[in-house]
Amino acid sequence: MFAAGCDVGSLTSKAVIMKDGKIIESVIIKSKARPWESADEVMGMALSRAGLTMTDIKRCVGTGYGRDKISFIHEAVSEIACHGKGARWLVPSVRTVIDIGGQDCKALRLDDKGNMMKFITNDKCASGTGRFLEVMAKVLNLSLDELGEMSARSKQPITFASACTVWAQADVIQHLNDKVPIEDIAAGVNNAMASRMSTLANNIGLEKDVCMTGGVAKNDGVVNALEKHLGIRIKRIRREDPQIAGAIGAALFATEKANGGVL
Amino acid sequence: MITAGCDIGSLTAKAVILQDRKMLASEVILASAQPEKSSIEVMRRAIEKAGIKMEDIEYCIGTGYGRKHIPFMDSLESEIACHGRGAIWQVPSARTVVDIGGQDAKAIRVDEKGNVERYVYNDKCASGTGRFLEIIADSLDIKLEDMGAISGRSTEKLTLSNQCVVFAETEIISLVNEGKEIADIISALHQAVANRAASLARGILVAPDAVMTGGVAKNSGMFEALQKALGMKLHRVDNPQINGALGAALFAADTISGSRQ
Repeated sequence: MFAAGCDVGSLTSKAVIMKDGKIIESVIIKSKARPWESADEVMGMALSRAGLTMTDIKRCVGTGYGRDKISFIHEAVSEIACHGKGARWLVPSVRTVIDIGGQDCKALRLDDKGNMMKFITNDKCASGTGRFLEVMAKVLNLSLDELGEMSARSKQPITFASACTVWAQADVIQHLNDKVPIEDIAAGVNNAMASRMSTLANNIGLEKDVCMTGGVAKNDGVVNALEKHLGIRIKRIRREDPQIAGAIGAALFATEKANGGVL
Repeated sequence: MITAGCDIGSLTAKAVILQDRKMLASEVILASAQPEKSSIEVMRRAIEKAGIKMEDIEYCIGTGYGRKHIPFMDSLESEIACHGRGAIWQVPSARTVVDIGGQDAKAIRVDEKGNVERYVYNDKCASGTGRFLEIIADSLDIKLEDMGAISGRSTEKLTLSNQCVVFAETEIISLVNEGKEIADIISALHQAVANRAASLARGILVAPDAVMTGGVAKNSGMFEALQKALGMKLHRVDNPQINGALGAALFAADTISGSRQ
């Protein structure tokens, strides 16, 4: 039995196809201007790679900020629920999930059965979101990957007076003019991200195990900085790409529903 | 009695010279990266305008974020105190001052003597400061000083859904791409900045009469937008940007005369 999940985010769109609760295909694309175009494209790619058509999919769940605009889904489920579900599937012992998206960040806490206990989201301020990293990488003329690698070599990370992306950007330019080593600036950027994320996570009460989802989870610089800030080990997601956690959760909801409530 | 005030802000440096608490000269220049240089330059120009010499100034007070770097000042005073003092001198009935600068915003409640009762301050988030306007002016390639006039031509009401400058910039670019009029976009921008500043100001319970100061007050669109956001009439002052330096110069006069007037 095939089921699918589609997560349409502000920057990337993700699709996951499952067969009997196992992932057979997943695709990540850059989001288009219109959410339904993103959804059609990413799901179309996943289906063709899996050698399937939409009619083979018994049930499909949509999530992400553009979820209500997806034409082919049977139902839409909140990002929070999908990320919780996906993270628990990836790391069964997880209790706290920190998800950093392109334009938002969220932290959520699950009980031992995977029920949502508490969550918090920020989509009002660019600080602590993927956007912050993107802006900084652009000023530093580095790719997001380089930003993570660079910071590992820093001896004296810079600090920012304020969390605001606008002020931090001005600080970075000032540091560049003052010939501060790029790795120290990069490390400062990652620390600033981590500090903002840990505020969010501490807000909901941190509980082990902790894992990170979303594209930023692939940035070692940020993950290491966050571990330091929280003083806790973060379980790395290795089973799948952490960026597709939301789509996995959506596909799991779809599987469950199609199976009459069981996975 | 000649006294002076020098206000070194993040974007501009201001100087005021008073003779017996009456304006002799004032000057505003763009601040350089070195606050010390900016202060010397702005004071040099103000002195020249006033037709006096540096030695004629009996007492000078420095204020603003770069105040500690002013080499010629006799003492320092906080920005909050100076803005309160300057505003009540310009508008004696003022009880609330909303000051929006290039990189900060503050709201101050003063008593009838100009003593600060309460204040709130934001320099942590660029939203609600002049920087928001600057960034959008830059990305739309229009001049900061033209924004007021441009927004005056607005015919359609738009609302920005983002409060964050970074997100709003993206939103504005898509509004432009959708073919929205620049005048309408700027008008919506003014309202967004004003709403943010107003919500800060409400933290100290805005009491009438209220006056708007700071460089952003020179923008007529922002002045209107802040009135709307606060739901009350605001007082205009002639040169809102020098309010802090004026307050400093008045404090300098108080110091010499040993009393406040």
